[in-house]
Amino acid sequence: MSAYDLIVIGGGIVGGAVAYGAARLGAAVALVDEGDIAFRAARGNFGLVWVQSKGAGMPAYAHWTQRSADLWPELAAALAAGTGVDVALKQQGGLAFCFSEDEMEQRAAFNERMHNESGGIGTRMIDRAELRAMVPRIGDAVVGASYCPRDGHANPLKLLRALHDALARAGGAYLPGRTVDTIEHDGGFVVRSGAERLVARKLVIAAGLGSRKLAPMVGLDMPVSPLKGQIVVTERLRPFLDHATHSVRQTEEGSVMLGDSQEDVGYDIRTTTPVMRDIAARNLKSFPFLRDANVVRVWAALRVMTPDGHPIYEQSRTHPGAFAATCHSGVTLAGAHAMALAPAILAGELPPGFDAFTAGRFHVPAA
Amino acid sequence: MFRRLDDARPEVTFDFEGRPVTARAGESVAAALLAAGLRGFRATAVSGTVRAPWCMMGVCFDCLMEIDGVGSRQACLVPIAEGMQVRRQRGAKDLP
Repeated sequence: MSAYDLIVIGGGIVGGAVAYGAARLGAAVALVDEGDIAFRAARGNFGLVWVQSKGAGMPAYAHWTQRSADLWPELAAALAAGTGVDVALKQQGGLAFCFSEDEMEQRAAFNERMHNESGGIGTRMIDRAELRAMVPRIGDAVVGASYCPRDGHANPLKLLRALHDALARAGGAYLPGRTVDTIEHDGGFVVRSGAERLVARKLVIAAGLGSRKLAPMVGLDMPVSPLKGQIVVTERLRPFLDHATHSVRQTEEGSVMLGDSQEDVGYDIRTTTPVMRDIAARNLKSFPFLRDANVVRVWAALRVMTPDGHPIYEQSRTHPGAFAATCHSGVTLAGAHAMALAPAILAGELPPGFDAFTAGRFHVPAA
Repeated sequence: MFRRLDDARPEVTFDFEGRPVTARAGESVAAALLAAGLRGFRATAVSGTVRAPWCMMGVCFDCLMEIDGVGSRQACLVPIAEGMQVRRQRGAKDLP
């Protein structure tokens, strides 16, 4: 039995990006994935590469998100060249719609705060006239929007498939159908799944909601919990929306995805009529003509949320070489995970300024 | 290609892209047009490939047509009616 340079536990978009990023640098990588009993947030993703509102209150997260958006074209190009899969990346800007002057003011104040905390990235409020010039079919109820030129979107399922494929082509091993039972440290990391025993010098836990249980095995803390989101998908329509928005996006094939629901209901992935009705009603205010679109699919999935909604990246103090990586923005951060985080992990040290992402922030004694 | 087994049912006339077509009461739009010799019913949304009805029972969605002004209707599930306006759908549905 040979030892890997790196085992990544969790074959979703986060783990897949880290594993691919390491394998493309020549590391011997195993990506250990659970079976269909996993919650698989990566299969339910909305597909935004969203910058404008990420990292309020945590500049390190805002900057990391910006870096990921900057690295995304390189990732998309590498995946296309390596696998032939076009992940349909579009970064022509993103819009957060406002439905009243009050919402416009609140959003402007939020943008101002982001600017003051983390620096300017070109986010600005646009009025209805400018919005109509960008999106001619916008509904009358939309007063204006917050526009960020660095936002975008991609096809999350193609991204997942391309990451797995690119990993294999770079010599990595994708090992599905394995629930990790234990992780021990004995010179290297010994990962046991049933009767199987995998060994590596380094380890990344990127197992989404499963991380909570695995992290303590190597002295890490990943207190993540589920936040349900439901998505409604229409039939393919003629293109009317190029931009990414926070709650509706049109895919390259023409399907319209409607979403942005949030429910704190535990490990429940059932779709429910009242929430889907709300999603439809909210998005019909933005695009009333969608009332005549046929709905062809709905699903629910669980976001992987930390207590403050920001990512956790941390190297274990008690088990150096073991890393935690979790976030709820796997698509947005895929560029940085593959192109910046993976090299840092191989080098044995997280990027400068990453102390902000450690789980210790959840254990500050109350004043 | 297709021949009616039973021509005893009353005739129904509908409009296919501006020209009158005769069908039999009780037929679906898809059956009526297949009997009239139509081959390509739609062009797909992404690649523009021409398609025709395949399953004739509401499953394959390859018979999508614009019927009485509404796009993406399954022609195999819609009964033909006197005066009905039917058009081929080319590419993805356009909503007014």
